[in-house]
Amino acid sequence: MPIFDLKDANAGYNGRAVLSNVSLRIEKGERVALVGRSGAGKSTLLTLLYSQRRRGSALIPQDPGLVKTLSVFHNIFMGRLHRNGAWYNLRNLARPMRREIEKVEPIVACLGLEDEMFTPAGELSGGQQQRTAVGRALYQQGDVVLGDEPVSAVDGHQARTVLDAIAEAYETVVLAMHDVDLALAYTDRIVGLNGGRVVMDEPSAGLTRGDLDSLYQR
Amino acid sequence: MRRSERVSTSFGFLGVGLFCLVFADLSVSTLDPWQEMARMARGLVTPDFLAVDRLGEALLQTLAFALLGVALGVVAGFGLALVFHVRVVRWGCAFVRAIHELFWALLFLQMLGLTALTGILAIALPYAGIFAKVYSEILEEAGPRAADTLPAGSGIVSAFFFARLPDAFVHLKSYTFYRVECGLRSSAVLGFVGLPTLGFYLESAFKQGHYSEVSALLFLFYVVIATLRLWMRPRLIPVYLLIAPFVLAGGAEISLDNIVRFFTNDIVPYPLRSADVLDITAWTAFGTWTWELVADQALPGIVATLVLTQIALVGSGVLTLVFFPLVSRRFLGPVGRTAGHAFLVVVRSTPEYILAYVLLQFWGPSMLPAIVALSLHNGAIIGHLVGRFSDELALRPDHPRGLDLYAYEVVPRVYGQFLAFLFYRWEVILRETAILGILGIQTLGFYVDSAIAEIRLDRAMFLIVITALLNIAVDGLSRAIRARLRLATTPEIQ
Repeated sequence: MPIFDLKDANAGYNGRAVLSNVSLRIEKGERVALVGRSGAGKSTLLTLLYSQRRRGSALIPQDPGLVKTLSVFHNIFMGRLHRNGAWYNLRNLARPMRREIEKVEPIVACLGLEDEMFTPAGELSGGQQQRTAVGRALYQQGDVVLGDEPVSAVDGHQARTVLDAIAEAYETVVLAMHDVDLALAYTDRIVGLNGGRVVMDEPSAGLTRGDLDSLYQR
Repeated sequence: MRRSERVSTSFGFLGVGLFCLVFADLSVSTLDPWQEMARMARGLVTPDFLAVDRLGEALLQTLAFALLGVALGVVAGFGLALVFHVRVVRWGCAFVRAIHELFWALLFLQMLGLTALTGILAIALPYAGIFAKVYSEILEEAGPRAADTLPAGSGIVSAFFFARLPDAFVHLKSYTFYRVECGLRSSAVLGFVGLPTLGFYLESAFKQGHYSEVSALLFLFYVVIATLRLWMRPRLIPVYLLIAPFVLAGGAEISLDNIVRFFTNDIVPYPLRSADVLDITAWTAFGTWTWELVADQALPGIVATLVLTQIALVGSGVLTLVFFPLVSRRFLGPVGRTAGHAFLVVVRSTPEYILAYVLLQFWGPSMLPAIVALSLHNGAIIGHLVGRFSDELALRPDHPRGLDLYAYEVVPRVYGQFLAFLFYRWEVILRETAILGILGIQTLGFYVDSAIAEIRLDRAMFLIVITALLNIAVDGLSRAIRARLRLATTPEIQ
């Protein structure tokens, strides 16, 4: 059973086609990078995959999807709302519980957000917000993570730490990435998109930077 | 030459407004309007706070009705906002908010008598419809991405409290606060149909020509509204709500028989009362009744209402463009702006009904007082909002000054926002136009008021429903135009 199996999928906004005849099979345990110019359809493809299999999937959208008035702790805690009853969640919303804080702490530390744990997400920098969104996905746990440029606003060294954490937490990974070097280093399969079509689908091993250049040409 | 759609739409509305002006009755029928205005002006500068009987009581009653009415509206509206996706709820809310508070008050007076409940419900019902719509829009816009990323199976309660409410809360709060101010205006105006609020005392002072009392009442009202932020503290709200019922206690008793009769007899069209469902003659008579009502009252009322609305809409737009520089950092220094703010606060805090009432005393019953009142009030409201919007504009350092700045740099940039606000107020102006009929201008409210005076509640009800439908139609048209011109569908009010 593949995790995702698209056959000739189409998608569009306002009558304008964004994806046309996309077929894509992703097996359990695969680490896939979606690459291509902006507007090539990466985000749309990710959203489509997510809508096909919401249960067990974690999403890191490009707009980080945080609740700006809630703290980093609460935003990360939201990844596990489905594991608790509504009353428990509300109690923890009104007053964070010690044991929940202890569970979130290691993730916050790994992402370098220790000092911001109780800062409202809206007051964070772009990079910090993005890491908070990754934190939510890490805390959620599950078998698949779908990330839309999850490290685009995080600087070089930290980007690698974040990607390591994602790779460790999830068995199956699908990431839209514009940084070709990171894509080659952290995934084992490259799916290239251009103009809403899959134009390349090859194992990362053996591919070089130069092989991907064609994707970025008009 | 190709004109932008926004400009051609503006000219279209301007043309319609001017065309309507041809049919509007703009006569001044009082013998010596200037003398009366001079007396009023003298009264305004010599307010007499001791002359009004029970001045404090007038104010307390106004506050109590406003707070209880708005509070009930908030609770009901919030509940309805959560189920606003249900079509029946949406329609029901559109209907109750399409009917003005004063019409509701007139109906509840017949049903419940002169009781506290009449005033509270007259405010709470339309406000609940407005709150339901605006709250649901605010909740809808708050963090949709956050809601999307929640793990499957989070449950609607957790999802609501974590992903929706936190980011929406500040907007819900500021909108509700803005509505409290509107509630005070509504409550004051309820006095004109007999409830013991400010309007009641204002009308009697006016009738006796005691202009010093009038100005005392108005000044107190402005003070209450201007200091709203000081005394309207979240912690104090429960205290106010506990005290308010005691302020309103007393009054007539509610009779269940009255309520039953209202629904089963009073508002049933006369030919159908106590008629058999299969009685053909009753239905024929009902047809004639409907036709006569439509031809003699509803149609003339609709025409007059629309004529007045279109003129007032254009008037509001023109005055907005005149008023907004008065409060804009782009055009005036701090001193000038403070004066501008003071002027706009006074004009927009005065309910348009009271403004129209005052002008009517000077000029006699024609469309003129209503046009001026509506244009001033709405021009001041939108002018304030556009002025604040213009403060946010980023202009190049070497921008031109004076009229060139106004015409080339500022107006083109604020124009979309200006139109959005104006079209947003269109249905508000229409609702207010209809109600001004109670003052004797022959809009729909005039016919409703006459029907109630003749105790023909079936006719009043029929005409109120027509008014509501007209309002819903204009609201729909405004929405379509805003969508077509790609204007924000719900501009931020505060």
